[in-house]
Amino acid sequence: MKHLRSIEELGHDGLVRLLELTNHMVEVNSRPVPKVPALRGRTVVSLFFEDSTRTRLSFETAAKRLSADTMTFSVSTSSVNKGESLRDTVETITDMGVDAFVVRHKSTGIPWQISDWTDASVVNAGDGWHQHPTQALVDCFTVRQALGCERFDGLTLTIVGDIKHSRVARSNISAFSMLGAKVILVAPPTLLPPDVSHWPVEVSHRLDDVLAHTDILYMLRLQSERMSQGHVPNLREYAETFGLDAARVGKLPSRAVLMHPGPMNRGVEMMVDPSTLPNSLIHQQVSNGVSVRMAVLFDLLAGESSTSHLSQVAS
Amino acid sequence: MSADDVRRAITRIAHEILERQQGPAQLAIVGLQRGGAWLAEAIIDALHQIEPNGAVPLGYLDVSMHRDDIGLRPVVPGAISRIDFPVDGATVVLVDDVLYTGRTVRAAMEGINTYGRPRSIQLAVLVDRGHRELPIRPDYVGKNLPTHLADDVRATRDGVVVSRGAAS
Repeated sequence: MKHLRSIEELGHDGLVRLLELTNHMVEVNSRPVPKVPALRGRTVVSLFFEDSTRTRLSFETAAKRLSADTMTFSVSTSSVNKGESLRDTVETITDMGVDAFVVRHKSTGIPWQISDWTDASVVNAGDGWHQHPTQALVDCFTVRQALGCERFDGLTLTIVGDIKHSRVARSNISAFSMLGAKVILVAPPTLLPPDVSHWPVEVSHRLDDVLAHTDILYMLRLQSERMSQGHVPNLREYAETFGLDAARVGKLPSRAVLMHPGPMNRGVEMMVDPSTLPNSLIHQQVSNGVSVRMAVLFDLLAGESSTSHLSQVAS
Repeated sequence: MSADDVRRAITRIAHEILERQQGPAQLAIVGLQRGGAWLAEAIIDALHQIEPNGAVPLGYLDVSMHRDDIGLRPVVPGAISRIDFPVDGATVVLVDDVLYTGRTVRAAMEGINTYGRPRSIQLAVLVDRGHRELPIRPDYVGKNLPTHLADDVRATRDGVVVSRGAAS
């Protein structure tokens, strides 16, 4: 695998391979010294044109635990402010000798564009509304770990909220359906894409109708700027109709698990404190983030360049 | 080696380990994934036969993240490390089926150190086929088996088979 840009590009076999590899990384992270020399001599640069806490930090931690060197590019202090183009920025960093770009950008398709400009591997850490493949890997891994199953046949994933603007939703729809889950989207019509007929999903506008059949309840963040754009009348009405409150928690089957990609809007989509819910996987989603991203970086970078001159594999 | 030869070699190695350690205290057996896993289990069984009262902890170590030829061999799904006993101060006996270049053992010694600082690390192998590329020497050997570089050596409970490769 050269790049990780979307779940479709990764495919079912790649998805399963990365989930299996993550088991190895979870074990590494449980050691007293959670660091292995696997990517010694490799350099990973994080190129974030959008804000991020957990994705950027977990990628950088993952790179360091595999002994890779890391560079952080922050837009606010870079030559982008002097008008440097994205292409020049990428080529400049490539010239310094990097093995992987971890990219987040507000525009769809930027990771594909960047991979045309560099020989390094490109990891999509979020491009616009399009894809966020490592979040989907984290979520699939977390569900596998919590439910103790390898595939999701017979399970229903219900994604609630701003589907239209959500790269997390798009990647998760692909990944969970690849593993056999049925996916239901719940949102007001204004927060759904105009046409979802080519997606492997069912659509509902009433959260209360689907809770009883839900095994995995995935709440998305309602970005506050959506209100000013007229997608929802006001936050209170949204919370009433699509927020998770105690009464709705009561309608879920007892085995159902709760997920959220963070950051959470307490009092909007989350009207209960998830830390009081026994089946919340939100903390596991964060802690698995490092292990999953270690698996991704290892899969992309191990065995390229620096050892490829070895002609014979010794046992 | 036949299955009986393998069984007898394992019993002898278990006796030698206990003799050198003067008993099972502070001893731990770690099988290297995957070839060493079954052998480590067999050695644990043999130790228990000899010293029924002293339980020796068993661990597994996957060295793929520590190799110097990383990425040239695929990481085997499921062959995950599991060391759930304190390594600090223990005498850790690394166990592998076939000792060849010594690179796996070097990686394993580095790997063990991410779990703690053992009092000593020793090495038990069923077959030493020679051709070392590093200064590594086993403490307990089932059989020394001179081989050609092109040979393929398979060691299981059912015996040791050497397939002659094309002479180089």
